[in-house]
Amino acid sequence: MNGVHDMGGIQNMGPIELEDNEPVFHCEWEGRVFALNMATGPLRLWNLDMKRQATESMQPPERYLGASYYERWLESLIKLFKERGVITEEELVTGEIKLKEITEMPSAASPDEVIALMGKGRSARVKTNIKPRFKVGDKIVTRNINIPTHTRLPRYVRGKCGRVERDHGVFIFPDTHSQNWEQSPQHVYVVSFTARELWGPDASSRDKVLVDLWDSYMDII
Amino acid sequence: MKHSDDSDHGSELDPIEIRVRALESLLVEKKLVDRAALDVLMDYFENKVGPMNGAQVVARAWKDPNYKERLLKDGSGAIAELGFTGFQGEDLIVVENTPAVHNVIACTLCSCYPWSVLGLPPAWYKSNAYRARIVIEPREVLKEFGLELHEDVEVRVWDSTSEVRYLVLPEAPQGAVDMGEDELAKVVTRNSMVGTAKVFLQTMEKEG
Repeated sequence: MNGVHDMGGIQNMGPIELEDNEPVFHCEWEGRVFALNMATGPLRLWNLDMKRQATESMQPPERYLGASYYERWLESLIKLFKERGVITEEELVTGEIKLKEITEMPSAASPDEVIALMGKGRSARVKTNIKPRFKVGDKIVTRNINIPTHTRLPRYVRGKCGRVERDHGVFIFPDTHSQNWEQSPQHVYVVSFTARELWGPDASSRDKVLVDLWDSYMDII
Repeated sequence: MKHSDDSDHGSELDPIEIRVRALESLLVEKKLVDRAALDVLMDYFENKVGPMNGAQVVARAWKDPNYKERLLKDGSGAIAELGFTGFQGEDLIVVENTPAVHNVIACTLCSCYPWSVLGLPPAWYKSNAYRARIVIEPREVLKEFGLELHEDVEVRVWDSTSEVRYLVLPEAPQGAVDMGEDELAKVVTRNSMVGTAKVFLQTMEKEG
């Protein structure tokens, strides 16, 4: 989706604001929002790609731009719970439970379960043998595609020529996984682009941007 | 962290705080969330993971050439040797800064960051300004961190678009050879492992 979240290359965004001795969470509610996101992930009512899609499609778009990081996380979490029929806005406002108990809901993750998950992680790598479409050293051109839903091909690298630097192996494809859980496993590669290819002749002749790209985001030149 | 202090708010809670509490209560009542799990999660990210993990990895790499070789070849594997595994670090690649090449990490689409070795990202990393500008004007952005790079140095910006996470192995500072691993780990800063700073022995103060 060509959303406001796809920020690479936007200018006039102001200075980088640095904060000395920054705490992990700036206030209690940020920590709670973070923890609510982490604790509800194991319910598998959605996946990480669906969560990202919910965050980047925050309405209206100017709200996304103005919202703090954890505000985005909060609203996308609420949106997903509503979409799954777990909560309603009325329940949130009144605190009174109106929806009948949903059967076959997974049960809450225990403290031991969430800590085990944090320590172990959950790789998006898919253990399957798929032939890579590219090899290191290949010259590629990224596709000029405008997917209306979630994608991890940023606008600033579309229709650009690059070089395959590394094959990461096979991973879940977010474009389909975010829509219907379909993993559509593909190879992911590090692709380098020269700053001049991306930003024109005034850019540094030395600098590069390296982006992780899936098989179906590009073609061989 | 500074827990929310009622005296700051009086009886009036921030609307967003009310919304968070309402959501938490609903999910607890619907048995989808265990409050104790929320507490341990906050504690884990406030106290158990953070840049001190990554700093140990960097210090080990500076002192042990064999470890460094393994680290650059298989980041997650070599980092797991020190016991650092987990969420947002499952598939991790370490890129080395040298006098000729300076690497810096970003995520233009959201906020991907190597949690297992650096903890949760600072606000500037997640900011619209950093996400937008770092890929198009990295040298200007780095100057705002106080890092000015010679034009002969190649700047490589890594945009974390996939589930692979990146960590920068900064250049060892002058004098590192005379120091022990634990001592060195204390001078490695978070920003040096993202690539927005270098490591100097004299600047040991905490960074933003």
